[in-house]
Amino acid sequence: MTRIVVVGVGGQGVLFASKVLSEAALAEGKNAVMSEVHGMAQRGGVVMCNICVGCIESSLVGDAEADIIFAFEPMEAYRALPKAHSGTRFVTSTSPVVPVVVSIGKQKYPDIKAMFDEIKTVTPKLTAVDADALAIQAGSYVTANSVLLGALAGTPECPVSREKMLEALKNTVPPKTLEINLKAFELGLEFAKQH
Amino acid sequence: MSQLLLDEPGKKMFLLGNEAIVRGSLEAGLDFAASYPGTPSSEIGNTFYEIGKKANMYFEFSTNEKVAMEVAAAASACGLRAMTFMKHVGLNVAADAFMTIAYTGVRGGFVIISADDPGCHSSQNEQDNRYYARIAKVPMLEPANAQEAKDMTLFAFAMSEEIGMPILLRTTTRLNHVRGAVEIGKLGPRRGKGHFGKDPKKFVTIPAHARVDHVLLLERMDKALEICEKSEFNKVIDMGGSDYGVMTSGVAYNYVADVMAAAKVKGRILKLGMTWPLPEKTMSEFIKNHKKIIIAEEGEPLLENAVMALAKDVNPKAVIYGKRSGHFSVMGEFDPDVMKSAFSKIIGKDLMPKNIHQPKIQLPPRPPSLCPGCPHRSTYFAAKKALKQGFKEAIFSSDIGCYTLGIQDPLNTADFLLCMGSSVDAAGGFSKATDQKVLAYLGDSTFFHSGIHGVVNAVYNRHRFVYTILDNRTTAMTGHQPNPGMGTDGRGDPAPMVSIEAIVKGCGVDFVRTVDPSDIKGMQKAYEDALAHDKLAVIVAKRECVLLEVRARKKANDFKTWQINQEECKKCQVCIKTWGCPAIYLAEDGTVHINEGICNGCGNCAKVCPFGAIHENTEARK
Repeated sequence: MTRIVVVGVGGQGVLFASKVLSEAALAEGKNAVMSEVHGMAQRGGVVMCNICVGCIESSLVGDAEADIIFAFEPMEAYRALPKAHSGTRFVTSTSPVVPVVVSIGKQKYPDIKAMFDEIKTVTPKLTAVDADALAIQAGSYVTANSVLLGALAGTPECPVSREKMLEALKNTVPPKTLEINLKAFELGLEFAKQH
Repeated sequence: MSQLLLDEPGKKMFLLGNEAIVRGSLEAGLDFAASYPGTPSSEIGNTFYEIGKKANMYFEFSTNEKVAMEVAAAASACGLRAMTFMKHVGLNVAADAFMTIAYTGVRGGFVIISADDPGCHSSQNEQDNRYYARIAKVPMLEPANAQEAKDMTLFAFAMSEEIGMPILLRTTTRLNHVRGAVEIGKLGPRRGKGHFGKDPKKFVTIPAHARVDHVLLLERMDKALEICEKSEFNKVIDMGGSDYGVMTSGVAYNYVADVMAAAKVKGRILKLGMTWPLPEKTMSEFIKNHKKIIIAEEGEPLLENAVMALAKDVNPKAVIYGKRSGHFSVMGEFDPDVMKSAFSKIIGKDLMPKNIHQPKIQLPPRPPSLCPGCPHRSTYFAAKKALKQGFKEAIFSSDIGCYTLGIQDPLNTADFLLCMGSSVDAAGGFSKATDQKVLAYLGDSTFFHSGIHGVVNAVYNRHRFVYTILDNRTTAMTGHQPNPGMGTDGRGDPAPMVSIEAIVKGCGVDFVRTVDPSDIKGMQKAYEDALAHDKLAVIVAKRECVLLEVRARKKANDFKTWQINQEECKKCQVCIKTWGCPAIYLAEDGTVHINEGICNGCGNCAKVCPFGAIHENTEARK
């Protein structure tokens, strides 16, 4: 059984990546249930998906239950900390998306290093990838979610194989962008293996 | 989505709960569906919009839920299989028709879907629509997962036809937005056109008929009870013992099953899928066999109240754990933690996770906000400019849609909101009850839904306020569904465009002005004139939703973002403090920048900047 919390900001492709991950699990013959949080979250708010792989009825992940926290934004990775336990694998992007209260100068965006240090006091397994930089290297910033999927596939905790994940990715991305998405996936995968 | 039309029985698909409902209806041979969009039910309509034509069925986006219910009821009366679906508060709008359809009964299978929202993920309340099954005397099904969503929808049509009455399929956000593996069955045959055979005694509910209809309704409910007592949707699941008898319905079952399995709680679960009429025999049998009974239901204690009453007769000594005992709340959505907490107290063993780490750093919140480039921002900005110091006292009567997000800093343009259409109705009340300036705001789709009768009322009763219809040429919040103003219908076909201006003028409004919100100065002038008008004044703020505009401009390779010239910027922060576009940010060193990653290229910030420091990039961004 693997419980996964996927978090990010509206527009980052959280739903897309969660679907790829779940479809890959199903293709591998595992059961998967996924919960989407929609609605007003699409207007730049927090988007969260929960995925439960294995013999679980619930589609929601409770506190300290997440085996993987898969984050598209560093502050949202940190916000999900109550879901983590001592063996949780964090896979997170290091590129901040600044919320409006910060952009209008009312509050400050927290120090990323301090947040990551605190995550490490809970679990040593932190894979922090500069997804935007690798995405641009792959050909377009829009492939950041493929970079992150690759990074996740490169961790030992990932419940699905690299092959099934690639297959699910191929079935989901528009054919036009397939090549750069596959490149982005490989860049993420390599990064995770080396870190 | 077109995978939903595959006729490959036995195939497993990974479907959203709402897609599973669509699939179930297609397997039932659905002919006719009508709906008004509302989250968490929205994807049902979006799916029909996409595949309805290919499925050779009729689908329409109706102007509101009551209209949709009545349109679909007529189809059912003609022998077609019909469906309508809505969010929970939509059933309030449709309730008038709903109550009486139970009396007339149906011919073709008629299924009504209520998508409830415990936890208010995207709603103004968390009302429990299981009450509606009771008030209307309509059978009800409650799926717990995507497979059941498909299976129960299919079954509901057959049952509806068998006993001649509508069936309520009651879902919750967690069911609508779950994705799970669904084994599909065969697609059903469609009937094409129906025929209405006249039967005034059945369909014309004058008092003499209605009294008879009520008797017939009760007879149909007797048949429904027989079906319910035998239904496979109500089943006992053995968890290895009989210490506890747990009764549950809907998605709550999932958390019960997981917690009991993980904590090895010995007992049985009575999982109720058909929950109205209540299978009292099945329930009594279950109550008899357990000394300790747990009722795990989201929302109001409806099962619990029934169990209390039944237990008095069959097992008065049974200990009952539920909401009355304080183990569960009537508020919010269930999740694994809610269930662990309740079971910990009931079985006297701590099941709560240890070492939950709460973040030490105070985090800035990330609420949803009006998108960069949203035309509503320009409209609100211009209104505030026109009001000047009067803004503080002016009442902004808001409505259901993206524009409610005007509530946030720095706009603060939402002061009052009840439900769809409340903006214009309440504005009339404010204008009579106070001497304050009153401004009402609602979108084009909401205008057609319930923003028209308020105009008639305001003209008739001589209310004085400024009514702005934020016409962004779509139903944006729920996912860009077409509406009567757009020239497209629910099957994607060209349709007549209904004119907001003509409606308002027809009601007798003499101040009607249509302004493009990007013309901020023009909009400000319109507000100045409207605020000086001595009667109801209407402004139609007409500009396409920026998300659609950007999509089109990117396709045409004509999408450019904007930048702040740091030498020209005087750091006055007007763009930050009064405009509040999420793409503009204040850096820690006090300089101001545009995040080009999220800039939608509207360029309106350049009009707001007093120093002309914001410029369009010369190259198109891909």
